[in-house]
Amino acid sequence: MATTAASTALDSKCPTGPIENRWDQHRFDLKLVNPANKRKFHVLVVGTGLAGASAASTLAELGYRVSAFCIQDSPRRAHSIAAQGGINAAKNYPNDGDSIYRLFYDTVKGGDFRARESNVYRLAQVSNNIIDQCAAQGVPFAREYGGVLSNRSFGGAQVSRTFYARGQTGQQLLLGAYSSLMRMVGQKRVTMYSRREMLDVVKVDGVARGIICRNLTTGEYERFAGDAVVLCTGGYGNVFYLSTNAKACNVTAAWRAHKQGAFFANPCYTQIHPTCIPVSGSYQSKLTLMSESLRNDGRVWVPKAKGDKRRAADIPDDERDYYLERRYPSFGNLVPRDVASRAAKERCDAGYGVGATGLSVFLDFRDAIQRDGIETIRAKYGNLFQMYEKITADDPYRVPMRIYPAVHYTMGGLWVDYNLESTLPGLFVLGEANFSDHGANRLGASALMQGLADGYFVLPYTIGGHFAGRALPAVQASDPAFDSAEATARGRTDSILAVNGSRTVDAFHRELGRLMWEHCGMARNDAGLRRAHDDIRALREEFWQDVRVPGPAASFNQNLEHAGRVADFLEFAELFSADALQRTESCGGHFREESQTDEGEAQRQDDEFSFAAAWEFQGVGEPETLHKEPLEFEYVKPSQRSYK
Amino acid sequence: MSGDASHETMRITLKVWRQSNAEADGRIETYHVSDVSPHMSFLEMLDVVNERLLGQGKDPIAFDHDCREGICGACSLMIDGRAHGPEAETTACQLHMRHYNDGDTIHVEPWRANAFPVVRDLVVDRSAFDRIIAAGGFVSTPAGSACDANSLPIAKENAELAMDAAACIGCGACVAACPNAAAMLFTSAKVAHLSLLPQGQPERDARVIAMVDAMDDEGFGNCTNHFECMAACPKGISVENIARMNREYLRASLVSRSVE
Repeated sequence: MATTAASTALDSKCPTGPIENRWDQHRFDLKLVNPANKRKFHVLVVGTGLAGASAASTLAELGYRVSAFCIQDSPRRAHSIAAQGGINAAKNYPNDGDSIYRLFYDTVKGGDFRARESNVYRLAQVSNNIIDQCAAQGVPFAREYGGVLSNRSFGGAQVSRTFYARGQTGQQLLLGAYSSLMRMVGQKRVTMYSRREMLDVVKVDGVARGIICRNLTTGEYERFAGDAVVLCTGGYGNVFYLSTNAKACNVTAAWRAHKQGAFFANPCYTQIHPTCIPVSGSYQSKLTLMSESLRNDGRVWVPKAKGDKRRAADIPDDERDYYLERRYPSFGNLVPRDVASRAAKERCDAGYGVGATGLSVFLDFRDAIQRDGIETIRAKYGNLFQMYEKITADDPYRVPMRIYPAVHYTMGGLWVDYNLESTLPGLFVLGEANFSDHGANRLGASALMQGLADGYFVLPYTIGGHFAGRALPAVQASDPAFDSAEATARGRTDSILAVNGSRTVDAFHRELGRLMWEHCGMARNDAGLRRAHDDIRALREEFWQDVRVPGPAASFNQNLEHAGRVADFLEFAELFSADALQRTESCGGHFREESQTDEGEAQRQDDEFSFAAAWEFQGVGEPETLHKEPLEFEYVKPSQRSYK
Repeated sequence: MSGDASHETMRITLKVWRQSNAEADGRIETYHVSDVSPHMSFLEMLDVVNERLLGQGKDPIAFDHDCREGICGACSLMIDGRAHGPEAETTACQLHMRHYNDGDTIHVEPWRANAFPVVRDLVVDRSAFDRIIAAGGFVSTPAGSACDANSLPIAKENAELAMDAAACIGCGACVAACPNAAAMLFTSAKVAHLSLLPQGQPERDARVIAMVDAMDDEGFGNCTNHFECMAACPKGISVENIARMNREYLRASLVSRSVE
């Protein structure tokens, strides 16, 4: 299914030398752009979440001309806004033993030894600058009575390094970045284009020099020429249809860049979050995450007897199976996300699940309420309990929550080097859209950190190397390269409208999601992945024979937008399954049933799989070429994770 | 409130505003929906209607939505004359059909305000809010220039009040609910958030004047103390912020350093 090539095409450009000096040395070695020359360079930033808004505002502050694009009606609505829990930094304000090195160490280990050490160290270094920057913007972080910032432990971390703003940390950080972006818009140093969807990257002389957008209000195609393109377009979790992502999250911008030569890395690395509100019916349109902080006080259990349909309160303690505490006595309910998710699936698959569908487990606060009192629990989790009750009509103060794992985050993404530049020169990729820092599993409160690190403190330095180091002759949007890119984008939309079949876009998307969840979800095996590969192809063929999308094209047409995204998901899903198939080891969020320990835990195969898998597009339906970037661990020696 | 209503379904009649673009005339269309599960969200119920329309080759109902968990601020439905519908502190995406009864008729319209022109059906243009923020809703602190975060202690009470105001999701329900289509709750939430914090002090005077000017320029009305905005706000933002903004505005006008 895949062909393998030598890895000569991949140069990670990682500096060498002592890890704590690498970023400093690299910044010194990068060429600078003269302040007076910065205004000559025009940067196109696609996406305005944490990565995009922070990159666009920072580049504009430096003096570059910036145009920013988002698919929402306002840059403030990007899906970073939904992150609840917090943002990590190595400040060590609590004096509890944290350090840059410890954050680096935890992140490499948490990623199950599938991330680049140099990148992760840099991330840990700039984490402290992020907190300073956000506080200076007026982000209302939680504080102690003395006025200093408050921290909490998150996701089982042994130190309290997570900064937070109630249960709305993502919202507050995004609004901080958005306010900086709007300041630059107000000063006419950024031109903002809302309700635009990027449909192609335009290459001139092999360098990314522009984009083609569809104006989602008018349906018109628009061309933008520039000197660099920065993709900050988020993750592809919606390939599963049901996920915690917002409805508009998609793979289109990344996928179309991939078709233009940007390698796609580790597409099979998906994070399944253990504490989400379960599916309630066939109409379900998305899944809602309940913060993992709930596992600090909630106990996870199922009945000991199969198919026990009694109310939770009627099941005595000795008939309850607190399976996380049973299997992992030292970490108990606080095992990492991937471990907790698989354990829930195992119990439900074995017939012990609760609720009408049997696809959920209890998260019970009874003991915590007895121990700490209802007011303490309300102060900690009141907003989450209220959100749960709004959705389910159950009161978690009186009956246990029911939870089930759901797709939450994608660690894979476009391959980038240490400069965050893809294999398509001039195309930079930031935030969840790239693959760089989390390896095979992301730690809680690290996504916000990475998005802002890339945008505020990494790209603004590394993009200078592109401008100062490459000849970039003037390019106009009238260049023939734009003609052909626009024709391709237009042609794809027109051919979707021309099918005029009988099934709706949503029906195809749901079916793709079911296929992906069944065969490429929490546990994967050879036979299932091969089956998925064939079924995805068949579904894609059916889409192009039988989808029905009413026009017109030249208008506000949300169904047509969705159709274009599903068409891309149907191509991308095949690569996803091929990547999961070639990686016959288990690592992080990727669990191959063939590779587990005697106790049923994930078993890495370091000799064979210590590499990032970077895929090169060869044509729709053609096997992609696999390039391997070897991963070396000089500082954190690979070990088997154990939470017993 | 139904405990296990998974097998019950309801029949709902929808009266929905349809308008093909900003210039076109709008009209109310009627849709009969059967098989509505009480567990559906309001938007999922609209999804079901749209799937049926699409199956018939008809135009689906356009409405803004994204996160569907009450935080992005995209959804913007006037439901039976109330912004986001009947439930307090609940966005339309978090409103569930269990709050309705079999046989109910529900009217769905877009936000109504001159400053929010209709784009299509239930979708409006709220870019005026972005322009108000661009006028002054920020602290001018370029990346890299910040001091250590703990070098600026902030009283917990002020941090909490600032957070209360900063919780605004920019949905526009306050404007839609206000008889004057005023954006004062939205604007004042940002003014209050930043004026409560030491970081916001250097630009305190300029900010409030610029933001109020921008608000007026966009064609929003002014507050006459109906407090409908606070009742409609899905995040419970208080009108105390409007009082704070008025005080800030008056103060800034008096102490303004520039002489006109």
